[in-house]
Formats: sequence, C-alpha cells, structure tokens
Amino acid sequence: MYVRAYEKPKSIYGVFERKPGDPRTTHYCPGCGHGNVHKYIAEAIDDLGIQDRTILISPVGCAVFAYYYFDVGNIQAAHGRAPAVATAVKRARPESIVISYQGDGDLAAIGGNEILHAANRGENITVFFINNAIYGMTGGQMAPTTLPGQVTTTTPMGRAPEREGFPLRVSELLASLEGPTYIERVALFDNKSRMRARKAIRKALQVQLEGRGFSFVEILSPCPTGWGMTPAQACEWIQREMLRYFPLGVFKDISATRPSAPTASHQGKLTDLASSPEEVLALLGLEGVVSAHPPWPHDVDAPARYRNPRIKIAGFGGQGVLFLGRLLAEAGMRQGYHVCWLPSYGPEMRGGTAHCHVTISGEPIASPLVSRPSVLIAMNRPSLERFEPEVIPGGVILYDSSLISMPPRRTDVEVLPVPATRMADRLGSAKAANMVALGAYLQLTHVLPAEAVIAALERVVEDRSLLELNVKSLRAGMEYVSARREHGAP
Amino acid sequence: MADETVVDRGRVEIAEDLCKGCGLCLLACPVRVLVLAEHLNSYGYHPARYLGRGCTGCGVCYYACPEPAAITVYRREAAAARV
Repeated sequence: MYVRAYEKPKSIYGVFERKPGDPRTTHYCPGCGHGNVHKYIAEAIDDLGIQDRTILISPVGCAVFAYYYFDVGNIQAAHGRAPAVATAVKRARPESIVISYQGDGDLAAIGGNEILHAANRGENITVFFINNAIYGMTGGQMAPTTLPGQVTTTTPMGRAPEREGFPLRVSELLASLEGPTYIERVALFDNKSRMRARKAIRKALQVQLEGRGFSFVEILSPCPTGWGMTPAQACEWIQREMLRYFPLGVFKDISATRPSAPTASHQGKLTDLASSPEEVLALLGLEGVVSAHPPWPHDVDAPARYRNPRIKIAGFGGQGVLFLGRLLAEAGMRQGYHVCWLPSYGPEMRGGTAHCHVTISGEPIASPLVSRPSVLIAMNRPSLERFEPEVIPGGVILYDSSLISMPPRRTDVEVLPVPATRMADRLGSAKAANMVALGAYLQLTHVLPAEAVIAALERVVEDRSLLELNVKSLRAGMEYVSARREHGAP
Repeated sequence: MADETVVDRGRVEIAEDLCKGCGLCLLACPVRVLVLAEHLNSYGYHPARYLGRGCTGCGVCYYACPEPAAITVYRREAAAARV
C-alpha cells in the first residue's frame, strides 16, 4: 500500500568501488553539502533521461571522487581545468551532456582563467560551482571566496581584505559577460533553499539540453569540518554570514530568448582535412622532416627483443635524466615512430631525484606510464634500488658503474655497467654522463641510429661547445660498448 | 498516545549503516518524527531513527540528507504522485 516516492537516484551507483568492501556511503563528512548536490544532479539526470549521454568532469578537491558515485561517463581533470576539459568533450561529442563539477578553490583560484573563458565563449556546458568559502580537502585554508574576517588555517586572525583581498563573487563576475545564458546562486541551509537549489540544477541542465549555451549554478554549501562547526551550525552560518556577502538569486537568464543552436564543433576532424599520413604531415608542415611510414627496424637492425622499448631513466636532478629521455623521444619521433616522454620529478632543480618514462613504438601508445620497463637506465644507486624490481624478465638494466658500486642482483635481465660519469668527466664535464649512457644504450640495442639522436641534439642544444661535448660523449658511450663486445662481452 | 486508527500518509526508511548522524533530517522534518538513536551504528555514529508514526511522506528529509542512499521515503499509493 506504500510506494517509494523518494529514493536513491538511478544515476548514483548502488555500491561505491572506492575502497575494498564496496562501501555504500560517500567519503564526505557528516553534513557536507556535496552529497546533497550529487543527489540533486543525479535526480535531474534521471528525470531528464540523459544518463547515457552525460559526461561529468570531476575536479580536484573533495569531489575528486565523484566518478565513484555518478553512474555516467566520467573524466577527472587537473586542478581548475574542468571547464577546458568539458569544452573539449562537448565539442568532440556535441550530443553529450557535459557537466563540470567544481569547488571554490578549484574554480575560483587556480581555475579562474578557465572558467572565465569557458563562460565568455558561451560553451554549451553546465558548471556546478560548490562554494564553501574554504579549501576543504587540504585542511581548511583560505580560498578566494573566504569571507572577510573568516578564520581559516592560513588566516588565523581572520581574512583581512587589505592583506588578502576580497572574496570573489564569481556568479556576478560571470554574469557581466556576454557569453553565459543562465547564472544563479543558490544555497543549502534549510528546506526552501535546498528545493531552490534542486530546481536551479535541473534548469541548468535543461538549458544545455536545449542547446541554449553556458549554464552555471553556484551553490553555497556547508563544510562543517572545515569551518569547525556542527552541521546545524554550518547551515546557520551560511544563512547568517555567507548570504550577506553572496546574495542568492538569478544573475542572468536569457534562456527564453537565446536561440537553440548546435554546439560549435571543430571545422571537421583532422582526418577530413588530410586522409593520408603524408597529407597530415604536409598540413603540419612536417613534410620531409618526419617519415610517414616508419619501417621497424630502421636502417640499423635492432634485434627483436630491443624493439618497441619501454624505458625508465632515473637519477639525481641535474644528471640530465629528463633531457636524456626527451632526446630519445625526439629522435624516435624524427624517425617516424610513436613516442612518449613523461617526466616525473620533485620541486628541486638539483639534488633531488628525477625520473622519466619513454616509450618508442611502431604502434600508437596507449599509456604514457612505464610501470614495467623493458629498459632501465639508472644513473645513481637509489634509482637502481627503486626500479630494479620493475624491469621485465629479459629486459635491460644499464647503470652508471662509476657512481653505483653495488651491481643489480637480478639474473634474469641483461646488465650493462657503464662508467658514464667518469668517462664524461675525462671528456670535459661529468654533466655529459647522460650522453655516455645514451650512446651505450644505442650501441647495445640499435633501436635508433646515432645520426637521428645527433640531429635531435643539434636542434635542442644551441651552444656549440656544449653540442660538441654531447656528441663526443655519445660516441664515447657507443665505442665503450663496441670495445666491450670485442673483449667478449655480449 | 498515538491513535492506532489513523493511517499515516507516508513512511520513512533509514538505512542505519549509511547514516552519519549529521542530524539535518531531524531539523528538516516538519512533523518532527525523526530522532537520533541512542545506540551507535557500525561507523560509530548515532543514526537517525523514525519514531514510527506521523510521517507525511513529504520527502523533505530525503532532500536534506547528504547521503545518496540513506533515506527512502514511501507514500501511500493514493498520495504517491511526486510534487
């Protein structure tokens, strides 16, 4: 006799595979507004019948895990970049409904530029902006939206506008632009305000569905943990303090008069403009620079076990491991292979550790990450210790034997010790050790012709004497391996 | 003393182990039929509890609750059309 009237929206998963044990609760704190907004968005997606074509862009912040909750297409963007990602998704797939979900640290601070321009372009996307006047995830620091006088961990005496500036009223700011169609600020503090928020969220999606342009809903949302309050106090604080600075209301709505228009997509795909690899290269001005059909192996024969290498190069910052990787990728690209270079380093310019991932392949590369390298070039001991276990059986470990006294323990890989730093030092500078290692690697594997690497060097190294040192060191590394072979080493 | 002959318009079900005890549903409920339980749930929160009488099925607690699946509100068939 009773029927379900209000229940979990279908667009929210039944279990959240975020942690083992398949929890059915979110990771949000008690009383946090994110859950409410998730619910209202999911309910609107259900009711509008757009679950199968909705793509939600998660931010950086507490809502970073939104993809564990929404049973729709999901992408997680770099901090603040969700509107740029949403723009790309919408233009590539104009039939999709694209939602950018962002907090105030993400949207108003680091992403201030992205949101401003996406709004100004009138992108046919929907942005939900959760404003809780604080950086929640990182522990309650001052955000651009923090109220004057508000105490945060970085404004322990309260935000002082003369020192930290004034809170940004993002809705008002965006409403001054020509581009947007619908902008409203709502809040979550009592029943009436929640129903108003629910309605605004629904309307924003409706605007996009009808192709009427950029829709934006700012939601003043409780952060009991960040504010150091109970959930009930947090709701009161929104009403008493936040509303004074962030008035609720519709700041712009031209949805009734703006004509429905299909999403501006790109002027055809690249493949429409150029159907063959030769035409693509001509279009990019790379005719003759890059060969369109790379044979593998190239003019130098690389034994099959060395082809399509997945390389990890690691050492101290300042040893040129990132440059080594870039050079390999650059040379591989000039030979017409698919290449990928992914650096990974700490904030230190010198003294820290750095490593990079390089893939050179005859096939398109699916992932830039090299978690199981076929080649490890280790320029210092911590790097060898850290990455030795990752190398695949039958792979290659090349290490700088002038700095690493403990050779690798692995017996199922090919090990090549090269006294790179000592050799480079004798040639003029220990800094060219990376080039010695590279030369040794090339001579061992013949993956790329030395000429391709030298051509790449000539392009990136402007200083004449430095170029000479690099080339000399490269050749020394090659000769070292040749000489080693003559003495019976593999 | 509750009148046993009155049939409530609604009923609310709270999944005890999904509740974080924030109490927002209690404050939202216009007829005050929700309380926080004395006992703790498996996460260590006092979960919200329906007193068992008087729910109107208005759904306000559902919209106040931040957990997607913690609250389900039922209505008597005749009154089931959603507002």
